[in-house]
Amino acid sequence: MQFLSYLVRGISLGSVYALIALGYTMVYGIAKMLNFAHGDIIMVGGYVVFFAFCQGGMNPWLAVILAIAACTLLGITIEKVAYKPLRGAPSLAVLITAIGVSYFLQNGAMLLWSSEPKSFTSVVSLPALNLFGGKLQISAETLVTIAASVVIMVALIWFVNKTRPGHAMQAVSEDRGAAQLMGINVNGIISLTFAIGSGLAAIAGALLLSSYPTLVPTTGAMPGIKAFVAAVFGGIGSIPGAFLGGILLGIIENLSKAYISTQLSDAIVFLVLIVVLLVKPSGLLGKKQTVKV
Amino acid sequence: MAKNKKMNRTARTYLTSFLLVAIFYGAVELIKFSGHLTSKATGLLIPVCAYIMMAISLNLVVGFLGELSLGHAAFMSAGAFVGVFFYNTAGASLPGWLSVVLAFVIGGIAAGIFGVIVGVPVLRLSGDYLAIVTLAFGEILKNVLNSLYIGVDSAGVHFSLKDQFSLNMEPTGKVLMKGAMGITGIKKFSYFSVGILLIVLTLIFVLNLMNSRAGRAITAIRDDEIAAKSVGINLTSYKLMAFVSSAVIAGLSGVLYALNFASLVAKKFDYNLSINILVMVVLGGMGSIPGAIVAAVILTVLPEMLRGFSQYRMFIYSIVLIVMMLFNRAPAFVAWRQRLGLKIHTKKNGNSGSTAEDGKKEE
Repeated sequence: MQFLSYLVRGISLGSVYALIALGYTMVYGIAKMLNFAHGDIIMVGGYVVFFAFCQGGMNPWLAVILAIAACTLLGITIEKVAYKPLRGAPSLAVLITAIGVSYFLQNGAMLLWSSEPKSFTSVVSLPALNLFGGKLQISAETLVTIAASVVIMVALIWFVNKTRPGHAMQAVSEDRGAAQLMGINVNGIISLTFAIGSGLAAIAGALLLSSYPTLVPTTGAMPGIKAFVAAVFGGIGSIPGAFLGGILLGIIENLSKAYISTQLSDAIVFLVLIVVLLVKPSGLLGKKQTVKV
Repeated sequence: MAKNKKMNRTARTYLTSFLLVAIFYGAVELIKFSGHLTSKATGLLIPVCAYIMMAISLNLVVGFLGELSLGHAAFMSAGAFVGVFFYNTAGASLPGWLSVVLAFVIGGIAAGIFGVIVGVPVLRLSGDYLAIVTLAFGEILKNVLNSLYIGVDSAGVHFSLKDQFSLNMEPTGKVLMKGAMGITGIKKFSYFSVGILLIVLTLIFVLNLMNSRAGRAITAIRDDEIAAKSVGINLTSYKLMAFVSSAVIAGLSGVLYALNFASLVAKKFDYNLSINILVMVVLGGMGSIPGAIVAAVILTVLPEMLRGFSQYRMFIYSIVLIVMMLFNRAPAFVAWRQRLGLKIHTKKNGNSGSTAEDGKKEE
């Protein structure tokens, strides 16, 4: 029973990673860049929900929608200001800029809202679920997190495969130059990708903080990096891959926390990344890419 | 003609680098002699030297090899912990100078071995993946050192990754490393001239490496991996050479840094430190050794001098990173700067053809 409880909590944490990883994987697939600042958008989303809902007493739905809007705007702005001018520059330059943006968000948040931890109240106000006559208790946050990430993943797959902007995204990801020749607005599609990714990060932020209610300016950094690990694990560029990678990573992290060591759980997660990259660099569900000279 | 010019540039790099170190050393000694060196400033001397070495070391990977290491603090940490562990245990029974020298040698070797362990798998990757895996290795080392307990008693050496009690030691045993508390009771060894000596040795090594056949192979790999491979350059071995050399220097700087304090904790060598050093390299100009030295000095001394600045420090660093990258690497900016440079040169000597090419080379 204990094991089941750890497992369910692992799946819930994994669902948050999955939501963040979806943003990573889409941006990586389309803009071909590692958006290091993605994790910090979670933190910004968390603060928006905190001020609107926990302090302002706003309706939780409205607060989350507000956070999505704010993060979407932030994501698009970051892309336009910091990343767009570097299109065509070496990937090292783009990566360093992304690290700069990540630091900018963290330290900006520290100056604005101080580094003092804020305690977050859960946006979910449902009773916990009792199974097996109360032996296994699953909190409502856990269930909502898992449900939300499944719904979002299905919606994203539908969006990418069945709609015109989705097809345009696939085209840009396949060959940016050719997509442009076909009349696709490449800049618009990249902005759209950043917008979707950032919006998902806001939802992830609200859900993450509902389960782990300490909000500091660096809240998003670790989950962000772990979500990237998840995206690589599942195969970067693949939406079901990001989801699968996220869930597996959450389970690995929670079980190692429970059975091996709390302090070493992060080390184990990173070890997974290294092993995956060495054994199967394209990830679980990724496509193998060949480099043409 | 072209070769002559290149030689001049090499000589210039040598000259500026050593001159900068000499000026730094002279200035500090002069202030010390005049009695104006505050105790706070004295405490900064060794860290500055260590950061200069770190900046040169990271420059080897980022500037010359063209790959990004986000876990460079881990090499510093590896060198520091192994070197100091030796210094505090086996070294205690040796004469003072010998234990220090051996601590440096062992710390450097340990960091080098860690560099090979990280480098062999990591260098099969490139770009973003490489960066994130170095970050992963850095976090793993930090977490392991943070929960590592080592103790010794009459039965031998005990290890534990849990806590002090699971070492199962006799009551008379001595705990040598206490997890998050790290190594304590280090007999301090901090001499500014030793720091300068290490910087000079680092400079001699790095500058000679970069101007050797191996150094040219490394920069060739940076500029075009496929072209380098097709002319018969062994990618793996040269990449590993740059990476491990860089790790050894970082390890030495770690020992230097750690011997300056009475205790050593793994938390000091975190991701933030790696980024700090990256900012030094980027601000100094990627691939420029003199630039790295100047940036390391300024970025270590300036925040200490400006009170109340520390709060804004990382915020300003982040803007520095973004602006420097946009200014130096964004295609639109690069073109604009070239046009600007062209205009100035045309006005000066009316010869635009050759200067345009020079401008490109400078990039």
